[in-house]
Amino acid sequence: MSEPLIVLDQVSHVFTTRSGQHRAVDEVSLSLEPGKVLCLVGESGSGKTTTARIAAGLTRPTSGTVRFQGADVYRLTGDAFTGFRRAVQYIHQDPYASLNPVRDVFRTLAAPLRRHGLARGGQQARERALELLSEVDLTPPENFLTKYPHQLSGGQRQRVAVARALTLGPRLIIADESTSMLDVSIRISLLNVLQRLRDDLGVAFLFITHDLALAKYFGWHGTTAVMHQGRVVESGPTPQVINDPAHEYTKALLAAIPVPDPDLARRRAARP
Amino acid sequence: MEPILSVRDLAVEYRTATGPVRAVRGVSFDLHPHESLALIGESGCGKTTLGLALLRLLPKLGSTPSGEVLYRRRDGEVVDLLKLDREQLRRFRWSEAAMVFQGSMNSLNPLLRVRDQMRDTVLAHRRMPAAAMQRLAEDVLRKVQLDPGRVLPAFPHELSGGMKQRVLIAMSLLLEPQVLVLDEPTTALDIRTQSAIVDMLHDLREQLGFAMIFVSHDLPLAAELADRVATMYAGRIIELGGVRDIFYRPRHPYTVGLLGAVPSVVGDLPELASIPGGPPSLLSLPPGCPFRPRCGYAQDDCAAAEPTLLGVGAGHTTACHHSDQVVLSRV
Repeated sequence: MSEPLIVLDQVSHVFTTRSGQHRAVDEVSLSLEPGKVLCLVGESGSGKTTTARIAAGLTRPTSGTVRFQGADVYRLTGDAFTGFRRAVQYIHQDPYASLNPVRDVFRTLAAPLRRHGLARGGQQARERALELLSEVDLTPPENFLTKYPHQLSGGQRQRVAVARALTLGPRLIIADESTSMLDVSIRISLLNVLQRLRDDLGVAFLFITHDLALAKYFGWHGTTAVMHQGRVVESGPTPQVINDPAHEYTKALLAAIPVPDPDLARRRAARP
Repeated sequence: MEPILSVRDLAVEYRTATGPVRAVRGVSFDLHPHESLALIGESGCGKTTLGLALLRLLPKLGSTPSGEVLYRRRDGEVVDLLKLDREQLRRFRWSEAAMVFQGSMNSLNPLLRVRDQMRDTVLAHRRMPAAAMQRLAEDVLRKVQLDPGRVLPAFPHELSGGMKQRVLIAMSLLLEPQVLVLDEPTTALDIRTQSAIVDMLHDLREQLGFAMIFVSHDLPLAAELADRVATMYAGRIIELGGVRDIFYRPRHPYTVGLLGAVPSVVGDLPELASIPGGPPSLLSLPPGCPFRPRCGYAQDDCAAAEPTLLGVGAGHTTACHHSDQVVLSRV
């Protein structure tokens, strides 16, 4: 077993609202090794996005620690913090909201490259941008450099968001419902791209979804943690969580997922 | 049994800056009483447009240049919905056929309590004393498993997404329509809420006997809720059959491609593949079969003529020149 890439140790997050304290994340502990997949599954309000933001260094937990490659993320300063920011990238649900509408694809990709000194001059940035676009199957890449988000389809926009996440050579990508707005076929092609990045580049994924079927497909060789009301109620190797769930909540979630098989669906519906 | 809705060669056009775009191109199908028909396909295939056109709910830029939507009223009279005038249409909607829109969040008036929205809907169609109105509203809310005491006085923002969706379904039942058109009835809801809505629609259809057409990109939902399934592509129905035909013996490469991309929680880990490329622009459809550029079965003759729906089994039609070679490789 290799050294974990990121460890969440007993993290909690409490939001203070007018109606009192709301414990959105409640003593969650997770760990993810380099190049592996951890799926975080839960319904709206289960705390999965808050957990992801804590892991990404975006929301300081009320208590608990996050260690990335052994270092406490919320105590990093200077170069070490910059290094963490480069190593962990976040892909949001809605690429229409996460891509700057007045930047074309080239400038979207070149900005982080220049900011972090990874490309000197326009020519280098252009070459790297073309590489990244090929990496996410936007081919021929030359055709995409001058496009603006509104000129792209939903699937293409999300690929640009993935390419942008790759600009800084991340070790961990946090994908927060990144495929939930896409059509079935486009969703699978994006997942296949992500899977290839994991295999070829050794990027680890924290994959957040409400759909256990997607967790099964993307995280079969990794682990899955099921969240409910801020707590991780079950976690383990994905095949075990899906095929042999131990917690009632996981069972209820699995039973609620429609299956693409009419006979099986009717048998399941007939069951009390 | 006589169909309740017969759509014949229906076309829908949108006016755009670059000229008219045909979003639905010659669609024909029948809907029988008590039947549930799913329209499936990727975004932009015309399924929502078709749903809207059936109830004449297209936005101003949309029109129906040709075709018929023949509806058999309760009294047995058959009317072409495309020929109804405004007043006839107003009376038709809600009482003969009702629509449940996608995005329940946006289809309720945020300034009205549920009770008042329901009352407005009923009063637009018939006179009813206040006490009877109250009973009716309570009754439909109970049908969708909501607590009338809590929901009737509530404003939409006080309800969760699932509750709002139930309120919309309850409203669609107020005047006991014969046909319900639902656009993505479970999209954007949590998994367990989705499954509760699906179970509820099953039960309501048993109880009340309406027919329904629902639009969805979610194939598993169609597997659960539909008796018949129509796959749409580039504005046409390209395959139509019983739910078991479509899921077990699809004969159009596009339907096969869609099924090959659906992950499932049951069974072994399947190899999932996406359909290469994207749907064609309706502004410039390729000659011949519009699916040809993405199709693994395409031959030279596919470029020559667009295939029409032909029977491949009892109640099962498909629009593919090479449907005899198409097989679903999934076990």
